[in-house]
Amino acid sequence: MHAKALRSVVPALLVAALVLAPERATAEDFIIVQSTTSTQNSGLYDHLLPQFREKTGIEVRVVAVGTGQAIKNAQNCDGDVLLVHAKAAEERFVAEGYGVSRSDVMYNDFVLVGPAADDAAIAGGKDVTAALAKIEAAAAPFASRGDDSGTHKKELALWTAAGIDPLGASGTWYRETGSGMGATLNIAVGMGAYAMTDRATWIAFGNKAGHRILVEGDERLFNQYGIILVNPERCANVKAEQGQRFIDWILSDEGQSAIADYRRDGKQLFFPNARIS
Amino acid sequence: MQDFGAAFVEAFALIVNFDAQLAEIIGLSLRVTLSAVVIACVIGLPLGALLAVTRFPGRGLVVAVISGLMGLPPVVVGLGVYLLLSSAGPLGVLQLLYTPTAMIIAQAILVTPIVAALTRQVIDDLHIEYDELLRSLGSSRMETVATLLWDARYSLLTAALAGLGRAFAEVGAVMIVGGNINHVTRVMTTAIALETSKGALALALGLGIILVCLSVLINAGLMGLRRTAERMAYA
Amino acid sequence: MPEVLAMDFAEEIETEPAIVLEDLVFARGGRRLVDRLSMTLGPAGVTALMGPNGAGKSLTLRLIAGLIEPDRGQVRFAGGDPAPQEMALVFQKPVLLRRSVRANLDHALKTYGVPRRERAGRLAELLALGQLESLAERPARVLSGGEQQRVAMVRALVAGPRYLLLDEPTVSLDPQATAAIEALVSRAVADGARVILVTHDRGQAQRLADDIRFLHKGRLVEAASAARFFRAPQSAEARAYLAGELLL
Repeated sequence: MHAKALRSVVPALLVAALVLAPERATAEDFIIVQSTTSTQNSGLYDHLLPQFREKTGIEVRVVAVGTGQAIKNAQNCDGDVLLVHAKAAEERFVAEGYGVSRSDVMYNDFVLVGPAADDAAIAGGKDVTAALAKIEAAAAPFASRGDDSGTHKKELALWTAAGIDPLGASGTWYRETGSGMGATLNIAVGMGAYAMTDRATWIAFGNKAGHRILVEGDERLFNQYGIILVNPERCANVKAEQGQRFIDWILSDEGQSAIADYRRDGKQLFFPNARIS
Repeated sequence: MQDFGAAFVEAFALIVNFDAQLAEIIGLSLRVTLSAVVIACVIGLPLGALLAVTRFPGRGLVVAVISGLMGLPPVVVGLGVYLLLSSAGPLGVLQLLYTPTAMIIAQAILVTPIVAALTRQVIDDLHIEYDELLRSLGSSRMETVATLLWDARYSLLTAALAGLGRAFAEVGAVMIVGGNINHVTRVMTTAIALETSKGALALALGLGIILVCLSVLINAGLMGLRRTAERMAYA
Repeated sequence: MPEVLAMDFAEEIETEPAIVLEDLVFARGGRRLVDRLSMTLGPAGVTALMGPNGAGKSLTLRLIAGLIEPDRGQVRFAGGDPAPQEMALVFQKPVLLRRSVRANLDHALKTYGVPRRERAGRLAELLALGQLESLAERPARVLSGGEQQRVAMVRALVAGPRYLLLDEPTVSLDPQATAAIEALVSRAVADGARVILVTHDRGQAQRLADDIRFLHKGRLVEAASAARFFRAPQSAEARAYLAGELLL
């Protein structure tokens, strides 16, 4: 009985010890970057971060969520650096004291994608607001992020510029998915809907089926990324020194050319535009 | 759908080229899930057994609540744990957010009600059989719980397996509190979610097939172990 | 309504009773299953509780054991309530843990607080007592019915109980297994246990019991020495029962 009990208790304890082994022994030297699904899904970080680590030994852990959630997480001090694309919200974040200062990092652009059938006949156009007006007029299905992300905010601003309030049609031709970029694209492909996406995500997206880019090149589709150090005066846990090193590196010539070097299918996805003083 | 066939090819290729990245993700999945289930058992087994052997006013309500918590939405648990562990939250000083420990905590919360509720059912039946004997022997409540848990150990494996299945398949909670950080908190389910959002559906489904196979293997292994041990104890 | 309570204890009633049941009532669903039951039991020997099904014999045994609480009345023991190890029960259907024979006996010793050092020696004695040595490592619940009841019986004897309560312990056993159980009962009596035995088996009562309490519908109808009870039952109910006529 005694020996039998031991025989079953010992392996159980061993398993417990194995699975509960301390885990924080790895890389004390790391920072957390709150960022967006679009940058993560494009594969850009897999290209940039090893170079930065090589140079500095600092590990960068990326939490990829919607811009809205990324900003919220950073406000909760759950991150050292914020790298997102919603300029107005970013400037407010800094103005309210959550961040130290904001710098432009790079841009890519948004595109309108849609099914080959193109019921609203927007293909080849350059004027994004005209295209949106055609979609509304045709009541053709349009898949919106609907998640308060940077992309979503941009899309809403464009509808406003076109003089349309799509929310009135929500649930009919205007479909708010409440999901990330990739999930929204999956839905758009599934239901033959139009959608607005950043070009990087679209190029890297693997489930295009018959969908393709229909409208691109309008200046209003410009998508600016900014980087902000979370304010260490508000958040004592912020690793300000390592975070600043990451920011300095990504804004440096070396970081900027690393961004420019990143290509998918031979196409450059992001265009560095840091203004180094 | 052409992706379905492609998924099996993809899964097969993943297994054949079993690389470090896949090993890392599977390893972390197992570590997080098994740790969560061990913790859930340490709490849920005695809790469920105690509920089976005690009678007190409001017991029915407690039983109903614990059974109800079996259906806790993982996203809600993830959000709750996020708010607790966030640097702005009450346990922020521990700096556990975006670590495997945070994922273990969230999954342990998800699994404990399952283990406790199923344990209560199993122990209830055994307690009816043992009650008069144990009382006539003068067993204390703790001795009664220990005796019942030990004698029901093979049936209770099923409760642990139910919890394991839940934890292994869960994505909502670990996504929020782990952050799906590459090489740090990426597990099978969050990797599947990521590949899906990248539109790499065949790869996502391939990972899913591997996840299901692992789950079946673990279950079959433990059930086989149970049958052998049971044979040794009963026959 | 006054009952005719046939009393013939002149020979066996003791001056100092060991157990006194006072006016016990146990009701369920509005029916009194034990109805104002009073009796005294002397300090030694074997008392058989007899009566037809539903007479309240097993309930009375459980009231004495303290496993159920009476709605009215009380059970008093000379020298106060016995400690758990001073009173042992054997049930009609043996309740054995899902463990080996040895572990079943060890569990009782451990629960009684016997230190580990003393348990090994005591276990060897007990296994010998029940002729269970060859079965010691077998899982208890795969043994035959007779073997299982022998384990339960030996487990009841682990601490040398002062009171041994038996609820139809041989009802489903063959004659050989029954004899083995009865031998253990006699052994316990010789060691000074006070035995209360619920049985339907007239032969068993005659072999083991010193005196009889005959119950009917939750009441005590007759109390007599075993010899007297079987030779010349006083109550109409006992006569009918012994004649094999169904009484309910």
